[in-house]
Amino acid sequence: MQFVLSAPGLHWSDGWFLLQGALNTLWVTAVAGTFGTLAGCVLGWMRQRSIALRVLTTPYIDVVRSVPLVIQLVLANSFLSLAGFTFDTFWLCVMVLSSSMAVVTSEVVRAGLASVPANFCRSARSLGMSGLQEFIHISAPLALRTSFAAWVGLLLGLAKDSALVSVVGYVEYMKSSQILITRTNEALPLLMGVGLFYFVICYPVSRLSVALERRMAL
Amino acid sequence: MGLRARAFHKRVALMFGYTFYWSLVWDAWPELLAGAWLTLQLALLSMVFGTVFGLWLALVRQRGSGGAYRVASVWVELARNTPVLFQIYIMYFGLGSLGIQISSYASVLIALSFNNAGYLAEIFRGGLAAIHRQQMAAARSLGLNALQSYTHVIFPQLLRIVFYGFVTQMVWALLNTSLGMFVGLHELSGAAQAAQSVSFRSFEFFFITALIYYALAKVLEAGAYLAFSRRRT
Repeated sequence: MQFVLSAPGLHWSDGWFLLQGALNTLWVTAVAGTFGTLAGCVLGWMRQRSIALRVLTTPYIDVVRSVPLVIQLVLANSFLSLAGFTFDTFWLCVMVLSSSMAVVTSEVVRAGLASVPANFCRSARSLGMSGLQEFIHISAPLALRTSFAAWVGLLLGLAKDSALVSVVGYVEYMKSSQILITRTNEALPLLMGVGLFYFVICYPVSRLSVALERRMAL
Repeated sequence: MGLRARAFHKRVALMFGYTFYWSLVWDAWPELLAGAWLTLQLALLSMVFGTVFGLWLALVRQRGSGGAYRVASVWVELARNTPVLFQIYIMYFGLGSLGIQISSYASVLIALSFNNAGYLAEIFRGGLAAIHRQQMAAARSLGLNALQSYTHVIFPQLLRIVFYGFVTQMVWALLNTSLGMFVGLHELSGAAQAAQSVSFRSFEFFFITALIYYALAKVLEAGAYLAFSRRRT
């Protein structure tokens, strides 16, 4: 008896499958990027303002930066399942990715805030601005200028890191290509597609951010 | 185990309805240790190759034109704008489909060296920009040839300037070796993956694995700081 696989070669319908994977990559990057950036801004601000908070948050930052993302994903997955939580895979990935995004963002935010000359803040306060007003009108805009390009770099890093979430079973672009490679055995064209996909996203954006940084510079 | 520790352990087990079997990890300790050694080896070797090629890329990119400049630019942009996992897959599955079969160890090492070189080139470029142009002229006028000027005058200063970026990249290289798991390499992650597939106690295995990665990262950082402080005196 002979077995015939239904569609061994690459098909046009596989394009739809790849598109879904691509959208999943963009979606998980966008959601994790949003949460990670917000949390990172808060974390960076806390670390800049208070020494006690800096000491308290250092172990967390240290651990997230010294353990591979793959291990973090697997560990979070197995911990949540043995603790009895049923989590959607998407939210699990968002959680781990945004935690790592928050950590790297916090360093950029902290460096940006540290680059604001202390005299600017003091003059603002002596003009009668409250702490919050000073932050909104003086520190934050100045810090944004110095850290914007670095933040864009982090976001692109997140997009590339999202290629790893397949390890807990979320099918993003890399995984969907890999599934097709396993079925069709056409590794090279599909891998070229993967490379092109990430390159087309990352290269123009990184160029744009450098140009924008030059325009924003004082 | 002390009485209090045992009570705590019991409470955790009750909370999760789960009993931890750490002894399983202990049984697989030799495999994990071999994996950790492989991981360290890959991280260090890929950093050595990455530094050599990264220096070349940075110097060539300083010229601003020519064939070598274009090759170097493509290298740097490809390394920095695609995922590391993609670079490993190209080396393993991509070359494989062209009929060039290389081992998973070689493909991870080549891909990581390629990646490190791209990132280090940008780090070195920033460092080279900070060294005054006349340093080179002065070295040449003292009778050193180009290679001597680089190795005795430019590179020592460069490595001092880019030290923090270099150490960060080294830790990144260490973390990136964990992707060897995806091509069946038994480095630390792959060894843990293989060991846990017998018992499916993934939490215990990967928790210990995470601890080992943390320790390795600290060892690398400490080593770099020691080497650096000795050089500065």
